[in-house]
Amino acid sequence: MGTLLALWNGMPAYLQTVIVLLVEVLAVMIGVILAVAFLTLGERKIIGWMHVRHGPNQVRLFGLPFFKGLAQPFADTIKLLLKEIVVPANADRTLFLIAPLIALVPALSTWAVVPFSPDFVLADIDAGLLYVLALTSLGVYGIILAGWASNSKYAMLGAMRSAAQIVAYEIAMGFALVGVLMASGSLNLTDIVRAQVGGALAWNWFWLLPLMAVYFISGVAETNRAPFDVVEGESEIVGGFHVEYSGATFATLFALPEYANMILVATLASVLFVGGWLSPFDGYLPASSPFAQPSFLWLFMKVLAFLFCFLWFRATFPRYRYDQIMRLGWKVFIPLTLLWIVVECGMAWARVGPWARLV
Amino acid sequence: MTANLLTSVLFYFYGAVLVAASLGVVLARNPVRAALCLVLAFFTSAVLWLLLEAEFLGIVLVLVYVGAVMVLFLFVVMMLDINVAQLREGLVRYAWLGALVAGVMIGEVAYVVWFRHLGLPLALDAPPLPLAYSNTKSLGAVLYTDYLLPFQLAAVVLLVAIVAAISLTTRRRPGYKHQDIAAQVAVRSADRLRIVKVEAEKRP
Repeated sequence: MGTLLALWNGMPAYLQTVIVLLVEVLAVMIGVILAVAFLTLGERKIIGWMHVRHGPNQVRLFGLPFFKGLAQPFADTIKLLLKEIVVPANADRTLFLIAPLIALVPALSTWAVVPFSPDFVLADIDAGLLYVLALTSLGVYGIILAGWASNSKYAMLGAMRSAAQIVAYEIAMGFALVGVLMASGSLNLTDIVRAQVGGALAWNWFWLLPLMAVYFISGVAETNRAPFDVVEGESEIVGGFHVEYSGATFATLFALPEYANMILVATLASVLFVGGWLSPFDGYLPASSPFAQPSFLWLFMKVLAFLFCFLWFRATFPRYRYDQIMRLGWKVFIPLTLLWIVVECGMAWARVGPWARLV
Repeated sequence: MTANLLTSVLFYFYGAVLVAASLGVVLARNPVRAALCLVLAFFTSAVLWLLLEAEFLGIVLVLVYVGAVMVLFLFVVMMLDINVAQLREGLVRYAWLGALVAGVMIGEVAYVVWFRHLGLPLALDAPPLPLAYSNTKSLGAVLYTDYLLPFQLAAVVLLVAIVAAISLTTRRRPGYKHQDIAAQVAVRSADRLRIVKVEAEKRP
């Protein structure tokens, strides 16, 4: 221990910084991957309970007697990693194998700017919101390439649907974020959280409720989740872009990015609209109360609530028809966000809500 | 010193990738691969802009060109049934034209960098910008004060282009059926369903 400490102190400062950064990055990535693993379990359990079934209930973690099924995601992962990767005969082999990586990298690197707690964010950059938008728009390449490189008609149809859908909903999402940055006056995610200080009614949702609805529903559409999952459409195009994928490529193309993006959309919705790591009781309880302190746990609870909505939607709504998806994105959400931006201009002019403190 | 060295190493690395990707756009046999090389070229030029501390422009390049324009481009390239051999015939024939354009562009860049700045201090070792400096904020401040009118004009030009594109591609055909979404939503079961009471057959 002493020698390790001496070794650490003997390092040049930049090496120490690099090591600290690497450890932080690893911690966030492993955290996200573990969250993805347990989200898949949570999804199957919760949807199971909604259907009055048990869900996975066999695989126990270290043979523990309680909460049977806890190790199901690890069993699934090991199974997927050990399976054979089949490359179709006339597929573009390089692109076929590289597509899962292209889907995975943006899903993980977006987490760099997410503020987890008052004093923990990997990269506190000024253009954080733009960075998030730019990287999430890259995720579609994985799906399009997977669909094209598979040399399969079903996969191609899935890729085409995905491209059209993601481009449509990205615009609505971008406009919803314009509303957020009008309210907080910053693109920096930490500043956006700080601008919402003052309890549950000071958070952005109160003034930007339509934008929050548009953002979250667009997020569901962007991650290709039910009821917008025509990209997979197993009833008509058997599985869409990932029909030809198996084993580890399936896990990294489909499962990991989709669920990581779900958690990301839930986290961003919490950060942008319901105060991130701020406490809902801030300003209502005395400042010394432990429930009024900002903390990672508040963010965690908000993210869980949003994630539950994702699962709830999947268990509840039937799949949209494709032309209705397009109509909702282009003809309903985009005008709605534009309208609300004009309303926000009025609120800013009247100096109400988040604009009151600008005086 | 280390920071400068790191910047140079990153610049030459991404510069090399950018050149290779641009060559790939021209030389790739498959149009989808050519489009992907273009994506890589955009991405690496965004990285170069980040190295120049122009983070707003770099991120917007990725957001607009990589995230939206190239997705639609790929979409079209994948849908079209392109005869690759026919596409490649022109490569040698038009190579001189491409070389000419490239030469003119290199000449222009060289003129701006070397001759117009002759005698002026070139900002080769410009000090790094202060930490509190925000590229995004200063760009926004200039765009919405000094250049408000040109900015609005550019937006109007884009809007006109969008409207024109839509009106040019819309075809009115006879017999085209429209969906009335409001009527679909407002429909009640009584409009579509009639429950008929059918008397049971009498036992003979």
